[in-house]
Amino acid sequence: MSPNLTALRGSVAIAGVGTFGCGKTPGFSDMELLAGAAKQAVAEAGLTMQDIDGICTASVSAPMWPMPVIEHLGIRPTFIDGTMLGGSSFIAHLMPAMLALQSGQCNAVLVCYGSAQRSSTMNRREISKTRRMLDPQPYEHPYEPMLPPSAYALSASRHMHEFGTTREQLAEVAVAARQWAQLNPTAYDRAPMTIDDVLNARMISDPLTVRDCCLVTDGGGAYVLVRADRAKDMPQKPVYVLGNGTACWNRQISSMHDVTTTATVDSGRAAFAMAGMTPGDIQVAQLYDAFTINTILFLEDLGFCKKGEGGAFVANGAIAPGGRLPVNTNGGGLSWGHPGMYGIFALIEAVRQLRGECGDRQVAGVQTALAHGNGGTLSSQSTAILGTADTL
Amino acid sequence: MTEHTTGIEIAWQQKLDGGEFVIQQCGECQRHVFFPREVCPHCGADALGWVAPAGLGTVYAVTTVRRAAEAGGDYNVSLIDLDEGVRLMSRVEGVDPADVTIGLRVKARVAKQDERGVLLFDRAEGDAP
Repeated sequence: MSPNLTALRGSVAIAGVGTFGCGKTPGFSDMELLAGAAKQAVAEAGLTMQDIDGICTASVSAPMWPMPVIEHLGIRPTFIDGTMLGGSSFIAHLMPAMLALQSGQCNAVLVCYGSAQRSSTMNRREISKTRRMLDPQPYEHPYEPMLPPSAYALSASRHMHEFGTTREQLAEVAVAARQWAQLNPTAYDRAPMTIDDVLNARMISDPLTVRDCCLVTDGGGAYVLVRADRAKDMPQKPVYVLGNGTACWNRQISSMHDVTTTATVDSGRAAFAMAGMTPGDIQVAQLYDAFTINTILFLEDLGFCKKGEGGAFVANGAIAPGGRLPVNTNGGGLSWGHPGMYGIFALIEAVRQLRGECGDRQVAGVQTALAHGNGGTLSSQSTAILGTADTL
Repeated sequence: MTEHTTGIEIAWQQKLDGGEFVIQQCGECQRHVFFPREVCPHCGADALGWVAPAGLGTVYAVTTVRRAAEAGGDYNVSLIDLDEGVRLMSRVEGVDPADVTIGLRVKARVAKQDERGVLLFDRAEGDAP
C-alpha cells in the first residue's frame, strides 16, 4: 500500500446523503429521480447546488450521462468522473473524488444516480434487446443466458458443487434481508417470508428462484463528499472514508477463472489495507445482494470467513437481526429495493447506520461500516470502509 | 501471427459458419485462448494463431433457464472447460437440462442456429481424460 494512499485515510467525509422516489414511482424520469436525491443530499450537507464543484455519476442507458446531469443541476464542476462499472460505480467513485478533493481540484463532490427501471414506459424486454445490439457479447448471447440471473446461477451451481453450499443456505440470505426490511418502513417488500417460501418460489435459472433475485424498483440516491476539516463544521455528523479499493478482472461470466472467487479479493484487500483494519473490526456490512449467492461470495472474498464457508456463515440467522454480523440492514437489493445499480444505496445505508438514524433497525454503537458494490455479472467490485470520528 | 483479412471475431464466426470450430494458441507461451482476441491474455505476446481443439470438455458450471413450454421450454446453459484449458459458454443438447451436471464429459459439435454456425455440445462417450 502506497503511503500516499494510506495518507488519504479519513481525509474526506460524507456530509450529506439523499434518497428519492424509491420503490414504485411512475411518472418520474431517471434524471428527476437523480435530482430529487441530489437536492436532498446537498441540503442535508447545508450547501446549495451552486456549492457543488465536483460530480460523479453513471447511467445504464446514457453513455454521456455526466453532461445532461451537469446541465440539469445547473452546476459548473471543475472535477467530472463518469466511470461506469455497473452497480459498483458509485463506490468506485470514492477514490477519484478523494484525490480531487485533496489536490484542491474541487471542494464539494456530488455522487448521484437515478433509475426509473420499474416504471419506465420502455419495457425491460425492449431495453434488453437494444442493449444486446449496442453492446454485443458474441460468445455468450447465442446461448440465451437470462442475464444477469443465469450468470449468478452458474456461480451458485459451482459453489454448491465445490463447497456443499445448499439452496437452504442461499435462502437464509433472502430471509435475513427480509427480516431487516421488516424493521425498515422504507423497504419495498416487507411481507413475512420463510426459507420454504424462497425454495418453493418460481424457479428462474436453477438454482435461483425469484426470491433469490433482487427486486426491480425505481429510485434515486446521492451523497456529498467534502474534505474532513470542513465536514466538522457542517450540519450532519461526518462519516469518514477510511478505505476504498476497486477491482475488475473480467466482464463475462465465461471469462472468470474461478466463478466462486470474485475481484472482491483485491478490492477488499486494498480497502482494508488503506483503513488499517481487518474484517473483525467491521460492525455492519452492506454487501450488494443482487442475488443470494452474492452475499455469500462477498463475505468469503472480503475475509469475513474462508472460501467455501459462506453458506455455513449465514446459516441460522447469523446475518439477520440479532445475528453475529448485521448484513444489509436496510433489507438490501433483495427486499429494500433495487433501482438497476444498487451500490450507492448500500453506501447510503452504511452512512445512516454510522449516524445512528436507522430507527428500529439501528445497530447499537456502530463506529465502523463496510459497503461493497458489485457490477456487471460478478465483474467489477468496489469496497468502502467508513467510520465515525472515533475511528480517525 | 495469423494474417487476417477481417477482424478475428468475424474470422472465427466464418469458420464456424463453415462447420469448423477453432480456438487460439499463443506461439510464445503455448497456452490456449478463448474467446478469440488480438493479444495473448496470458503473456501479452502478439502471437496468437488458430488451432483445432480435440473438442472434448467437461461441464464446469450449469444452469437451467426456465421458459414457458409454449416458448420452447426449459434449456441448458453451461460453462464448459475444454481439455485444452479454455472455458466457454455453450448449451449441452440431447440430454434433459436437469441431467446436465457438473463434471459431465461433453463433445463439441457445430450446428446451425438462425443460419449461423453455433457451437453446441453433446454428452461424450467414454471416461474422463
